[in-house]
Amino acid sequence: MSEPTAPEGRREWPLWEVFVRSKRGLSHGHVGSLHAADPEMALRMARDVYTRRQEGVSIWVVEAASITASSPDEKDPFFDPAADKVYRHPTFYDLPEGVEHL
Amino acid sequence: MSDQQAGFDAMIEADQRIEPRDWMPEAYRKTLVRQIAQHAHSEIIGMQPEGNWITRAPSLKRKAILMAKVQDEAGHGLYLYSATETLGVSRDDLLDQLHAGKQKYSSIFNYPTLTWADVGAIGWLVDGAAITNQIPLCRCSYGPYARAMVRICKEESFHQRQGYEILYTLANGTPAQKQMAQDAVNRWWWPSLMMFGPADDESAHSAQSMAWKIKRHSNDELRQRFVDMAVPQAEILGLTLPDSDLRWNAERGHYDFGPIDWDEFWRVVKGDGPCNRQRIANRVKAHEDGEWVRAAAIAYADKQHARQAGTKEHAA
Repeated sequence: MSEPTAPEGRREWPLWEVFVRSKRGLSHGHVGSLHAADPEMALRMARDVYTRRQEGVSIWVVEAASITASSPDEKDPFFDPAADKVYRHPTFYDLPEGVEHL
Repeated sequence: MSDQQAGFDAMIEADQRIEPRDWMPEAYRKTLVRQIAQHAHSEIIGMQPEGNWITRAPSLKRKAILMAKVQDEAGHGLYLYSATETLGVSRDDLLDQLHAGKQKYSSIFNYPTLTWADVGAIGWLVDGAAITNQIPLCRCSYGPYARAMVRICKEESFHQRQGYEILYTLANGTPAQKQMAQDAVNRWWWPSLMMFGPADDESAHSAQSMAWKIKRHSNDELRQRFVDMAVPQAEILGLTLPDSDLRWNAERGHYDFGPIDWDEFWRVVKGDGPCNRQRIANRVKAHEDGEWVRAAAIAYADKQHARQAGTKEHAA
């Protein structure tokens, strides 16, 4: 995907990704994005766009350009190391009959 | 067939979601941009017919509700513009295309809101038709679009209920109020049926969109579903629907309804509805009037940046 370019002569407000903690005890989750000129404005707009019905108790905004992401093209080799280590899962192990609390 | 195409096809076949950075066929991307942009434009143009009644709502309660609803429509537009941008188009470019008439919005918003009862009819019928269309889109193959639709559908059900309540109140009011409600339903019924788009054998994009699992049901299927829900709701309102062919068909297990005036549909789509020019002119004016605010906010952010950089340099 190439970076979108704004029509000539104008500068778009940068894109921000919005993360909302829906209630205390849960982590922030990605809910969407928006355009804003600066971080304060991004926060205020995130409140208006993404929490009109008390969907959150805390908001993070991150400028989209600052996010480094794994590439979907290299998905298989990149996540490969996890695929052949079934012994990381508890179900890998045989237990003698009758053993409890393990 | 390329490996990429095969991977994409397998993903669709397995009912997996396609995400923004995945490879996708250019035609799939273009179809999504066209559809989601049109959807986003519809949300923000849709603020106008209802916004028309905010200052004249019959009570403070109705006014507060209507403002919240119109604000929701703006929010829905924003969710959908964000989803469109994940396909590599810029927000400014999308707005330019709307303003230049190169991308469309739903024709329903080119009809005028003549009385307060129209606000009720829009909520019940127009939002009702939109919900019928949108619920299957929550399972659309493109992840960002499906996620936006989940949020929107949750919020739409308040819209439909408030509209129904307005009509129910009017229908149980004075004879003149009931007449006003009936008149609004008479005017909004057929355009609402047209919202589902052309009949299946006339629909240009349907088959491919269904193969890509962007669409899950055909236009006619959704239209029938909507009619079947609306008829009993109209009976409870004590209002009639303006179609003498409307009757239960026990054999089909559905309501039969009369022919849709497709000439009218295409006339409005092509720009000759009652309010097409006014809607776009208002939109362009609002955008142009806001230009200095957007520029000023950027200038302010730049200044803050420069000041912060200066302070850091100074401290070092």
